[in-house]
Amino acid sequence: MAMVRQEIRFLLNDDEMHLCEVGAGDTLLDFLRIGQRLTGTKEGCAEGDCGACTVLVGRLTGGGLRYEPVNACIRFLASLDGCHVVTVEHLRGADGGLHPVQRAMVEHHGSQCGFCTPGIVMALYALWMETPRPSETEVEIALQGNLCRCTGYAPIVRAALAAADHGGPDGDILVTERERVTAALTGLRDGARVEVARDGQRAILPADVDDFAAVYASEPEATVVAGATDVGLWVTKFLRDIGPAILIGHLDGLQQIEECEDALTIGAGVSYSQAEKVLLDTFPHLREYWHRIAGWQVRNMGTIGGNIANGSPIGDLPPVLIALGARVVLRHGAARRDLPLEAFFLDYGKQDRAPGEFVESVVVPRPQPGVLHGAWKISKRRDEDISSVAAGFAVTVAQGAITDARIAFGGMAGVPKRAKAAEAMLIGAPFAGESFVRAAQTLPQDFAPLSDWRASADYRMRVAQNLFQRFWAVHGDTGQAELQRVEA
Amino acid sequence: MSIKGATHQDLAHDSAAKHVTGRAEYTDDIPEPGGTLHAYLGLSEVAHGRIVEMDLSEVLAAPGVVGVLTADDIPGANDISPTGLGDDPVFPEDSVEFHGQPLFAVVAESREAARRAATLAQVEIAPLAHVLDPVGAIEAGYPDVTAPLKLERGDVAGGLADSAHRIKGRMAIGGQDHMYLEGHIAFAMPGEDDDVVVYSSTQHPSEAQHMVAHVLGVPSHSVVVNVRRMGGGFGGKETQMNLFAAVAALAAKKWNRPVKIRPDRDQDMIATGKRHDFVADYEVGFDGEGRIEAVEGFFAARCGFSADLSGPVTDRALFHADNAYFYPHVRLRSRPMKTNTVSNTAFRGFGGPQGVIVAERMIEEIAYALGRDPLEIRKANFYRPGGDVTPYHQQVEDNILERIVGELEESSQYQARRQAIRDDNVRNGIIRRGIALTPVKFGISFTATWYNQAGALVHVYSDGSIMLNHGGTEMGQGLNIKVAQVVAEAFQVDIERVKITRTTTEKVPNTSATAASSGSDLNGMAALDACEQIKARLVDFACENRGIAADEVAFLPGRVKLGADEIGFDDFIRQAYMARVQLSAAGFYKTPKIHWDRAKGQGRPFYYFAYGAACSEVSVDTLTGEYRVDRVEILHDVGRSLNPAVDRGQVEGGFIQGMGWLTSEELWWDDDGRLRTHAPSTYKIPLASDRPRIFNVALAEWSQNAERTIKRSKAVGEPPFMLGISVFEAISMAVASVAGYRECPRLDAPATPERVLMAIERLKRER
Ligand SMILES: Cc1cc2nc3c(=O)[nH]c(=O)nc-3n(C[C@H](O)[C@H](O)[C@H](O)COP(=O)(O)OP(=O)(O)OC[C@H]3O[C@@H](n4cnc5c(N)ncnc54)[C@H](O)[C@@H]3O)c2cc1C
Ligand code: FES
Ligand code: FES
Repeated sequence: MAMVRQEIRFLLNDDEMHLCEVGAGDTLLDFLRIGQRLTGTKEGCAEGDCGACTVLVGRLTGGGLRYEPVNACIRFLASLDGCHVVTVEHLRGADGGLHPVQRAMVEHHGSQCGFCTPGIVMALYALWMETPRPSETEVEIALQGNLCRCTGYAPIVRAALAAADHGGPDGDILVTERERVTAALTGLRDGARVEVARDGQRAILPADVDDFAAVYASEPEATVVAGATDVGLWVTKFLRDIGPAILIGHLDGLQQIEECEDALTIGAGVSYSQAEKVLLDTFPHLREYWHRIAGWQVRNMGTIGGNIANGSPIGDLPPVLIALGARVVLRHGAARRDLPLEAFFLDYGKQDRAPGEFVESVVVPRPQPGVLHGAWKISKRRDEDISSVAAGFAVTVAQGAITDARIAFGGMAGVPKRAKAAEAMLIGAPFAGESFVRAAQTLPQDFAPLSDWRASADYRMRVAQNLFQRFWAVHGDTGQAELQRVEA
Repeated sequence: MSIKGATHQDLAHDSAAKHVTGRAEYTDDIPEPGGTLHAYLGLSEVAHGRIVEMDLSEVLAAPGVVGVLTADDIPGANDISPTGLGDDPVFPEDSVEFHGQPLFAVVAESREAARRAATLAQVEIAPLAHVLDPVGAIEAGYPDVTAPLKLERGDVAGGLADSAHRIKGRMAIGGQDHMYLEGHIAFAMPGEDDDVVVYSSTQHPSEAQHMVAHVLGVPSHSVVVNVRRMGGGFGGKETQMNLFAAVAALAAKKWNRPVKIRPDRDQDMIATGKRHDFVADYEVGFDGEGRIEAVEGFFAARCGFSADLSGPVTDRALFHADNAYFYPHVRLRSRPMKTNTVSNTAFRGFGGPQGVIVAERMIEEIAYALGRDPLEIRKANFYRPGGDVTPYHQQVEDNILERIVGELEESSQYQARRQAIRDDNVRNGIIRRGIALTPVKFGISFTATWYNQAGALVHVYSDGSIMLNHGGTEMGQGLNIKVAQVVAEAFQVDIERVKITRTTTEKVPNTSATAASSGSDLNGMAALDACEQIKARLVDFACENRGIAADEVAFLPGRVKLGADEIGFDDFIRQAYMARVQLSAAGFYKTPKIHWDRAKGQGRPFYYFAYGAACSEVSVDTLTGEYRVDRVEILHDVGRSLNPAVDRGQVEGGFIQGMGWLTSEELWWDDDGRLRTHAPSTYKIPLASDRPRIFNVALAEWSQNAERTIKRSKAVGEPPFMLGISVFEAISMAVASVAGYRECPRLDAPATPERVLMAIERLKRER
């Protein structure tokens, strides 16, 4: 067994922290506000939806030191081992006064009550570092995880567009201090397994993927925590004890994307943000869909593996991945097996995963010529909302006839599920509007959706059926068939 | 040379630099003294029932728990009803009346310990039948929570009978959660004798003070309530903080330790009131030109289990059921219905929006029935000379809507765009578009006449620096900076000389809620009065001291003209101090002209009206019901703005909040009476990407208040909220296009994608 370290170590702004008494469920936000009295970071919801708690977390990955905005409210403190946490208190301008982003926010009247403001400043800070001159679309996408109830956002967007007028990232403290921080974080790395606890609530950070496999096999009752965008809420909202917890968000070995000739193999620990470029380059039809999944902070934290492993019937990736013919790779100790993704979801709350077994990766075949794709998400609010219905379509057409069809829905049953009857109806049918109308009519054979606060059963069924029409409108018909995000 | 920070200038919010650096202090950021305890609420899990037994032994035994508070622990009155109806217990004694009603509080060494312990209660409740919505409540014979109102003028039956056309309809209008980013919080510090100091996130410190005193059974002079700023209020902290202030104070006195209570977002949304949902029945009679002859309206509101502010809220719905239109014959009635839901409360617009949207629905009905542009119908019905009396018999004297709407129609190119959209929609595409231009007229003043008073306290220190305090509270609306501008201008000093201080019941007593958009109207005037008193003493002093006449004294930027001399303001103040001039004054203001006889339904409840109009364009996906707001133009009237930058912010923010109310913000209760949309994960307020890409907001710069308000400005907090109705109506037009505009789509609010799609499918079926 690897060596075990019994403290977590990280940088908080300028200070190095060493903490031993850390429970599995302790959050970064409470640590900042209560433990450190860094009260600039706010709690607005404690569920990852409002962004008032946004901080930056820098981490050494393959490409060097990378900072990303995350939600401190659902980020577990123990998961920060080896990271640099940057809060609003750390920001300053070149002259020691306001930072360019802050200056722009003041100038454009971007705050009213001010409670959302530190979080918005942090999200815009992260955007400004990556893209000092963003388009309006980029600003909107960067702010999908931040709510403001006062301003109506217009002044905030103006500020974001103007921030670089007050200075670019070159002189910024996170740039000028980059080497020092990189050295400090490198110094904190020892390749050890880390184990800390408070009140008997243990948090374990395996040394590497093999160590994870070993620990989990020996403690199969432990909670696996990847991005914590689900598990965080079990703690903050439902007060669940999650210990012992195995934290895997730091495992580079789970964050690899292999681009093979016939398929992409995506590590379970790859975050939405990490997957974005490769996935959207390979599957351009996912672009619109992608930016409707959660907000920026959650996309930086939440993982592909977590979105599958949680077994949710309303997770957004399973339907589109099932349509693409993805397979999931499971691992227990040193043993691996793989199965079609749809087969992983057995029933509501039940997956084909043995105790101590974890999701290691998902293999997505590359698109084949002749296959037409569709991916749609329907939700009450366009962005950062959970789907009422999500759908993935892959329809193969040859010489005017449909030769294959894979269609899967989320939000329509207790699991993400294929529309078998519709697929059967389509295969062999002519590639024509009428075929899609008839296929849509079969949906009640496979699905009996529920009514809840997101949508009624009627609406879910109706919309799912209409998506067949959408598919035809996009691929068969002409004319404006979709309401897409304005790109500019 | 003029001073920095006079009125009518664009100035940043006084706390802007603190907001962006995270250094602005909110109640939860105040350092906690050693020994601070934390309280948390335990809530009912039954919508209606009799409490059989409340076993809190496990709660008490939980780690870190110091004790619990129930109805038995209340030394004074177990009541926090803001209108004195006695129907709002801190904790219920025998029965629960909504799912989520606070039953007890647990007090522990940490917030986490208190939260965990609160889940351990064993409460046995014998369930009774419950009713959740106002129509069900009427059918079940539930009572009104407070007296209904009737407004009547003319002969409605005759008017309807004589009309060439009549339409009857029903509209359901959803409520709205405030979703202020900072939730409720109170922090109480016990003192000697009966004293307690409460830091509370409240729009109404005086009420929190009186309620705490009432619950503790001590005089109000024992209780101090402070608030530096709120992280948003929107009406949600006008009365709803009473519960938290009372619990914190009760616990602080009981254990003689500081106590903080901060519910999590779910509790905040479940246990505190919201905007009232309404079901409105209307009948409108009109002629072939779309001119309204008579209106009958019936407004049933979901008030929740107690009255809270439902009386004035439902009254204001009726006051605004005319919006901008003259009804020759009219009868409007309200039913503030009791329901087994959380007690609804103030929310920006205070019932007004629910009235306005029904007026606009009737306009839509007429337009679709006659095949006309709704804007044409609007214009045909505006208040104008000869037709300028409201249903409450107040004459509309300051109407500027014709000009506002005319200018906006031009600048937005409404007509050309509407035509282009109609041409586009004819092509039968999947994406349909709609456009609507809607006006708002909003009455300014509290309808509770005695509320229209305010106090301020101004000190000029002997170094010439000035401390400003007034009864208003800062929740982001920029009240403090506006009032400071008034003071800076009065003394002709740069605004940095004026220190804005927290609102506290110790400095200005018996204040009104910062609500009804009245903050700067009232407090600006009160502060000006204080300044004028001090200035008058200074002038007297100068006259005596220098032997000059009063008109030879003038306050110039940073200096004072004394006959032929000029000296710096600071020097002058120093001299006045040495001569023992009193340099402090309490200012006071009460709004003139207003009166209201509720029993008769007659009077002048409003000092003046604020006006505005918005033109919105949307695209609707007819396969899913999803939509996008593409473009919005607004022209809004704030009189002569005290601070145009701040006012524009109110207009933009109010508009988006109003749009949210009518689009994605849906409150959803299950059959057991449990609210299932109780956090931002399930309750969706607009995001940055929901705001229109083209969003042009202008203030009517030519406008000035016809009444003698502070610097001829107008209130701005609430009126723009109703401009969001233009989005709702634009969606409606896009929906109507699927049936050739022959039928009013009768969308209920909020127009979620689901409601939109279902309306589209209905119209297609009926086509
Ligand atoms: C504000 C917000 C918005 C969201 N919006 C969306 C959305 O639009 N669409 C959507 O689909 N989801 C959304 N989610 C849910 C969430 O982001 C996703 O489900 C996410 O992908 C989960 O990944 P994670 O790494 O955070 O999982 P975690 O929370 O760490 O874990 C989730 C579950 O999976 C298990 N698990 C994680 N990784 C593994 C593994 N490798 N092997 C075995 N078990 C594992 C955990 O034990 C746990 O049971 C949202 C969440 C939040 C907070
Ligand atoms: S507090 Fe709302 S996202 Fe963290
Ligand atoms: S400024 Fe109040 S929530 Fe954004």
